[in-house]
Amino acid sequence: MTDVSLHAEALHDHHGPPEANQSSRVDARTLGMLLFIGSEIMLFGSFFAAYFFVRVVNPSAPPEWPPEGYHFPVFVAGVNTAILVTSSFTMHWALQSIKRGQRAGFLAGMVLTFVMGLAFLLTQVVEYVNVGFNTGDGAFASVFFGLTGLHGAHVAIGLSLLGMVIIRGFRGHFSPEHHHGVELPGIYWHFVDVMWIVVYATVYLL
Amino acid sequence: MESPFRSEAAAFRFLLITIGAFALIVGASAIDPALGFLVFLILAGAAVAIYLRQRGPAPDREHVEHVGAPDERRILVVANETVGGQELLSVISVRALEWKSEFFVVCPALNSRLKTWTSDEDPARAKAQARLGVTLERLASVGIEAQGEIGDGDPLVAIEDAVRTFHPDEIVISTHPVGRSNWLVRGVPDAVRARYDVPVTHVVVDLEAEAAAEPAEDA
Repeated sequence: MTDVSLHAEALHDHHGPPEANQSSRVDARTLGMLLFIGSEIMLFGSFFAAYFFVRVVNPSAPPEWPPEGYHFPVFVAGVNTAILVTSSFTMHWALQSIKRGQRAGFLAGMVLTFVMGLAFLLTQVVEYVNVGFNTGDGAFASVFFGLTGLHGAHVAIGLSLLGMVIIRGFRGHFSPEHHHGVELPGIYWHFVDVMWIVVYATVYLL
Repeated sequence: MESPFRSEAAAFRFLLITIGAFALIVGASAIDPALGFLVFLILAGAAVAIYLRQRGPAPDREHVEHVGAPDERRILVVANETVGGQELLSVISVRALEWKSEFFVVCPALNSRLKTWTSDEDPARAKAQARLGVTLERLASVGIEAQGEIGDGDPLVAIEDAVRTFHPDEIVISTHPVGRSNWLVRGVPDAVRARYDVPVTHVVVDLEAEAAAEPAEDA
């Protein structure tokens, strides 16, 4: 019996639910990540809407930002920004390394990315402790903690993903042919960095 | 359009662009907040324009696997208003004589964009169903067994769905002549040729010419 007729027979004698029909020409896993990031953009968008309302639209908005008597640690946050942006470079290096079959570079890149992400998060916690105001100190404080905290939560999720990639990497997973499990956390990590650039520029600098 | 997050490399590039863009905005704002806002508007407009103009890389041509007996030819016929056209029926008849053929007729339920958005699809589906029924009866009357279904309003999606389930060896697309065919304006036959590695036959059916010729033939 030929392969062709065997395949035809398999199609006709197939039991169970039919094979999923994939009309989209985008890989399902990548499409899932794109949809997830789309929802994330909308989530951040709602927080930015609240932020701009408090700062610009609100009739009783403070004339200065931050309001008089409060101070944002711009320099520390700037250093933190540099750390996070650098972590994107190491993430990119890690993926390029595994694509070329260089496991040492891949693992070093992933560990460096994780360590820098963790440093960012811990620095943010220290910043919160020493910033000099709390969530109850007015709407400006609420949106500050809301926006930066939302981003911090995303960094924490990204670190979980990176941690899983590192564990799998040290157990010998991934290869030049199979590295989708690195690519998707990489997309997410760069997205988190992009959002931080927007948050940092908007909240701290402008 | 290409998503800036379609791959890790694209996302990394987008991050670098974002850093550059916000450096410009912050720099301009330091000079004057209004200038910063203007730079933001210009960059946002440019980003949207570039994003809309981008064309993604052409996807690989898809292999359609042959199923059924080796000597059997599975032909997917895609047509809507022209589904009962004489020219199309002639092509189907020729295929039926040449090969041991199995036909699957798809009539996309063409609808206006507004009606599609408001889910007002029942009339379009009813019209497509009526055309499909008449065509299948007409084919059966000349001894050609065919199956069929109503397809998505977008002909490319309808073809995509049919390819998944029917595995055609050839796709026959019937349209109105140039100037009256919306599918030709959209380049449907060429898009299908570029997408699948099976022969694609484009049949032009001129219903007006057929209608004009009928009284003469009757006379």
